[in-house]
Amino acid sequence: MEIKLENKKRSGPVLFSEYKRGDGIRKAVELGRENILFELKNSGLKGRGGAGFPTSTKWMLSAAANADKKFIVCNADEGEPGTFKDRVLLLEYPELVFDGMVIAGFTIGAQTGIVYLRGEYEYMLQPLEDYLAKVREDNLLGKNILGKENFDFDISIRLGSGAYVCGEETALIESLEGCRGEPRNRPPYPVNTGYLGYPTVVNNVETLASVSHIVLKGGEWFKKYGTDKSTGSKLFSVSGDCEKPGVYELPWGTKIKELLEIVGAKNTKAVQAGGASGTCIPKTQFDRMLGYEDAATGGSIIIFNESRNMLKVLKNFMEFFIEESCGQCTPCRIGNIKLMDGIEKIESGEFTFSYINNLKELGRTMQVASKCGLGQSSPNSFISILENFKEEILNTNWKGKENV
Amino acid sequence: MLELEKNSLSEEIENLVKQFGSERQALLQILQAVQRKHKHVSDFAQQEIARLLNIHPVEVYSVISFYSFLCSEPKGRNIVRLCRTISCDMAGKDKVVTAVKRELGITFGETTNDGRVTLEFTNCLGMCDQGPVMLVNEKVFTHLNPEAAVNILNEVK
Ligand SMILES: Cc1cc2nc3c(=O)[nH]c(=O)nc-3n(C[C@H](O)[C@H](O)[C@H](O)COP(=O)(O)O)c2cc1C
Ligand code: SF4
Ligand code: FES
Repeated sequence: MEIKLENKKRSGPVLFSEYKRGDGIRKAVELGRENILFELKNSGLKGRGGAGFPTSTKWMLSAAANADKKFIVCNADEGEPGTFKDRVLLLEYPELVFDGMVIAGFTIGAQTGIVYLRGEYEYMLQPLEDYLAKVREDNLLGKNILGKENFDFDISIRLGSGAYVCGEETALIESLEGCRGEPRNRPPYPVNTGYLGYPTVVNNVETLASVSHIVLKGGEWFKKYGTDKSTGSKLFSVSGDCEKPGVYELPWGTKIKELLEIVGAKNTKAVQAGGASGTCIPKTQFDRMLGYEDAATGGSIIIFNESRNMLKVLKNFMEFFIEESCGQCTPCRIGNIKLMDGIEKIESGEFTFSYINNLKELGRTMQVASKCGLGQSSPNSFISILENFKEEILNTNWKGKENV
Repeated sequence: MLELEKNSLSEEIENLVKQFGSERQALLQILQAVQRKHKHVSDFAQQEIARLLNIHPVEVYSVISFYSFLCSEPKGRNIVRLCRTISCDMAGKDKVVTAVKRELGITFGETTNDGRVTLEFTNCLGMCDQGPVMLVNEKVFTHLNPEAAVNILNEVK
């Protein structure tokens, strides 16, 4: 498949609404730093990379940090199973992402932006480099941007090398520094001690793209969409059992059943919200809404119909975590393997309910004792699938027994 | 390794160090460039990189061993990575696996005798709406079925 930057324009309320390259940067210069931070805060924008940290707070902390160099890092490591919205933004809306980085640089006083592009997306590298060259020609990147004295900002792209954990922001920084991508202890946070020890803002591709629209159209406009706690819209990467998989822009607060309707999903048994790290939602809960306050997701929505074996699904997720754990801390390195042992025992029918309960307890320990988000979230699918599908999974060979 | 090959590899690495710099943060970029060209980072290359970056060779090795796209032993001229994650699995990845194994006469993790292809599994490639998916070197191929996958593999040189 030949990859080019596309012009296939989509439509949607916020991210896929009208925007011309440079408009957000022009507006940013007009507004000035204080007003940009005000609009961002007012917008209620939270990070789209999964953790949901308020973007304005992150930017204020790094704007306040005193240092002779600062960095903006765009996290394009997109590795969560079932997530591909950043791919669409980079290929179809690069102006939103790169303008967002320039605006971030202007606001916190950074002159260097780095895109950490996952190695799997190497095919995008050349088209994106070509795009950046064009932007430089138009003086929306480089020295004295838009003719404004001392407004200097440039962007380079660095590739990852096939490690999911490098999407974790401190592991990403380790990787940029030429090291193994092992997460660091936090604090200190990257906003103070980031790339090469300098204050660094790490933001997801979609967060930066949202910023371009917010700066141009205002925080009030953004807040019109979504809910009180989850403002604006979200890109959902929809895959699995449905007629129309793909990327959808929907306001936060959309109900799961509404989404299923839109994408043409039939006979749906469960939805995995948030990828392998997320939780599995059974059909009795399809009234729940997508949002930070309810069914949270970095965008991954995987749909399972009635024909799917949920134990197989769970096994696929656990294989993922065993492979991708960096092995630095024990709860995650050993814990995931123990959970997998449990899955294999269930498969062969050689388990006891107390053993399964112990494993769920182990999962809960991993959630609190692991060093980074990978080990903290890898038990989510184990716990949610075993709880929501215990009939199907545990009672198959144990007819007549009461539930665990 | 022949003396001549060593000299040319040394020169190549010196040029990479000129391009990316001799600071520690250049290491991954240098390794990626060597890997792209030689399909592995040999012991000798590791020593040269360590010398020019003024770090211990073990440091270089430990970075290589961390990343799944880097390796210290030679692989095939073409590296094929088939996504094994859930959405591709549900889209029919197993059938592609069977066909590809049969056609090449090797299993995943192996390299064909002629050194043409190394088969590997990988995790989600960010193309889950178009699965099954595989990468051939850095190129992505979507909507695979057994026949399409085999045709693609028979084309690579
Ligand atoms: C294991 C792991 C993988 C992650 N992968 C990504 C990723 O691919 N992309 C991303 O933006 N954030 C990822 N994150 C979240 C980042 O650590 C970080 O919170 C995020 O980049 C911050 O940006 P945001 O505030 O704009 O969301 C990951 C976190 C963990 C623990
Ligand atoms: S939780 Fe897992 S991935 Fe994170 S630091 Fe520990 S071992 Fe590494
Ligand atoms: S599951 Fe195969 S590309 Fe995402």
